[in-house]
Amino acid sequence: MAAPAASPVDTQAANTQTMTIGKALNNGLRAAMEADPKVLVMGEDVGKLGGVFRVTDGLQKDFGEHRVLDTPLAESGIVGTAIGLAVRGFRPVCEIQFEGFIFPAFDQISSQLAKLRYRTQGKLKAPVVIRVPFGGGIGAVEHHSESPESLFSHIPGLKVVSCSNPVDAYWMMRQAISSDDPVMVFEPKKLYHSSALKAPVDTTATPDPLHSSRVVRHGDAATIAAYGPSLPVALDAATAAQEEGRSLEVIDLRTLSPLDLGPVFESVRRTGRLVVVSEASSEVSLTSEVAARVQQECFYSLEAPVQRVTGFDTPYPPAKLEEHFLPDLDRVLYAVDNALEW
Amino acid sequence: MPSPEQWTRPDPGAGPAATAAQPSPEQVIAGLRATTEGGAELTQLLTPEGERLADSRFDPYLADIDAEALRGLYRDMVLVRRADRESNAMQRQGQLGIWVPLLGQEAAQVGSGRALRPADMAFPSYREHGVAYTRGIDFRELLGIFRCTDHSGWDPAEYGFHPYTIVIGNQVLNAAGYAMGQKFDGKVGNADDAENEATIVYFGDGATSQGDVHEGFVWGAVYDAPVVYFCQNNQWAISEPTERQSRLPLYQRARGYGFPGIRVDGNDVLACLAVTRWALDECRHGNGPVLIEAFTYRMDAHTTTDDPTRYRLSDELEAWKLKDPIERVRAHLARAGGTEQDFFDGVDAEADEFAAQLRDFCFTMPDPPPERIFSEVYADTPAALDAQREEYLNYLAGFAGGEH
Ligand SMILES: Cc1ncc(C[n+]2csc(CCOP(=O)(O)OP(=O)(O)O)c2C)c(N)n1
Ligand SMILES: [Mg+2]
Repeated sequence: MAAPAASPVDTQAANTQTMTIGKALNNGLRAAMEADPKVLVMGEDVGKLGGVFRVTDGLQKDFGEHRVLDTPLAESGIVGTAIGLAVRGFRPVCEIQFEGFIFPAFDQISSQLAKLRYRTQGKLKAPVVIRVPFGGGIGAVEHHSESPESLFSHIPGLKVVSCSNPVDAYWMMRQAISSDDPVMVFEPKKLYHSSALKAPVDTTATPDPLHSSRVVRHGDAATIAAYGPSLPVALDAATAAQEEGRSLEVIDLRTLSPLDLGPVFESVRRTGRLVVVSEASSEVSLTSEVAARVQQECFYSLEAPVQRVTGFDTPYPPAKLEEHFLPDLDRVLYAVDNALEW
Repeated sequence: MPSPEQWTRPDPGAGPAATAAQPSPEQVIAGLRATTEGGAELTQLLTPEGERLADSRFDPYLADIDAEALRGLYRDMVLVRRADRESNAMQRQGQLGIWVPLLGQEAAQVGSGRALRPADMAFPSYREHGVAYTRGIDFRELLGIFRCTDHSGWDPAEYGFHPYTIVIGNQVLNAAGYAMGQKFDGKVGNADDAENEATIVYFGDGATSQGDVHEGFVWGAVYDAPVVYFCQNNQWAISEPTERQSRLPLYQRARGYGFPGIRVDGNDVLACLAVTRWALDECRHGNGPVLIEAFTYRMDAHTTTDDPTRYRLSDELEAWKLKDPIERVRAHLARAGGTEQDFFDGVDAEADEFAAQLRDFCFTMPDPPPERIFSEVYADTPAALDAQREEYLNYLAGFAGGEH
């Protein structure tokens, strides 16, 4: 789609640009930094380099080294100091370079960040955002392709979201930064620079609430729920199924903690069938949680057990094998067939 | 050099204390900045011009290094560099997913690696292809990681070379633990030195900021572990210069942990060999740990996905080219006499052959089979995982039979 021509009389067009997910995140950060001088960006290589994915490109140049911090190389340090800065009144946005490198910070995230409000019964808050590029499919070496979002979604006190398109990328970043709760934003790194996903982002629109899921394609034969990097796979499956005369409903979960399963329940009550897609391993995961709750809420509507299409219950394999590990169109359609033929 | 204690404001009325951004003149003289070249503190045995400097402390560790042995070190470095450049080129041609170049760090890696004995153990990060080579690992065995067919490759016990570690700093604690084990097993301080062992662990300047590295230093110190912490300060952690990690030259950190720290010219293969031999010797005799900071330079990008023009100037690279680790040995050998042009030509020809073999091997490396995804997750595989494997392989077989 061509970008609408900017015309001074047409404010909608003036505020709307077509962009990738990566650029939308960058614009979201920039707008938040302009709106509030207390917003800081911190992480490894986020300054001069603009981050290894260039999501923070240009921010240090425009806002200075005191607002965009190239930190020492230590994730526990990044999150731990962000908590201190937040207590002091700042709103730090931390970048973790790749999801596989977040674990040195696990202690600060689970012991301090998630619990500060509860421990002080609201006297302290920790409005820290942690940005985490995640997911596979980029042909990388170990620790660069994982999906640890379930681990964090399991922690009470922490909020977790994942974007799958430029509009959500922009707005989730803005909403996460203005949230008084700590928010982790899992960003689908494979899709950062996808030109196929470029979309117009209207920065004056009213966004959906941060913690809401959304029906992105209507259908009645079966429901697919997915998020982040799995969303395009779900949509492709729906397109392929349509060619065979089956209309699939696709829901973008968007918020992983808290989950917003109302739209999923409503959909499953109509379709009777649910396929949940995620790159993460399935055991004790977000997909287990969705399946459990749908079976609880929609028991009498279900025509088939909830199907899950996920990474295997193994460590992420060498990337030459990742096409097997990652949910793809065929595996999703196979699961849809299983659900329909049950 | 004055000690850090003297850097604090001496007189309460004397104005604001100095900071890293605005050091006092004394601090500048004291070498406050982490990247200041060590001056007198830098152990160097072979100058960039190829002049051999006498050193009463470290020369005894080079007693066996005659011209023939030095030619061997030269050959090692040339082969390693050639294999590194070939691998970099193969990444550009799409044969490798990524390559992590070691260009410029050949002396630090070959010198320290050649200081090890077979029973010693080395824990690398991810750039130590030159150390792998000195441990007897065929360069071809490194390619699987970068072609993304494998997560490691060689048998660590066979070569005394642990798998590469990508998560920055993790291996420093693992190495400290291994060294504690060497000590618990009675492999330290024996009268018969052949019984003794030591461990060396490699990490970068950036890694020194990680909590794991701090803890690794603490553990090694508290248990008097026979571990050499070998930090290759190549001046950069991706786009961040060493000043982002430390105010103090890194080797000086050792003092706070209670063991010796030394800065060696990381582009001087003789100094790296001698100093590492000394450090390992200290460890084997129960005087470990030791921190070595090899002061060197990452002459290429961080990896093949990095673009250093975004964050550093080419003058810096030009200045370091004059300190090239291989050129100085070549100059020294040529000047000292006894090494004919034939030798250098022979090594170059051998390097070409080495690279050609690497290339042939890489181009014909098979992809792993899908079963590999499920293998060796556990010693005792849960039934559910076996079932998942079977289900997936049947699903794939269904495609082959045209079922789906
Ligand atoms: C825990 C962790 N955080 C971040 C990264 C990403 N990363 C890979 S290499 C690197 C820089 C390392 O610099 P240094 O320790 O100086 O080693 P060098 O690469 O220069 O050899 C970073 C930040 C990582 N691999 N692990
Ligand atoms: Mg470095």
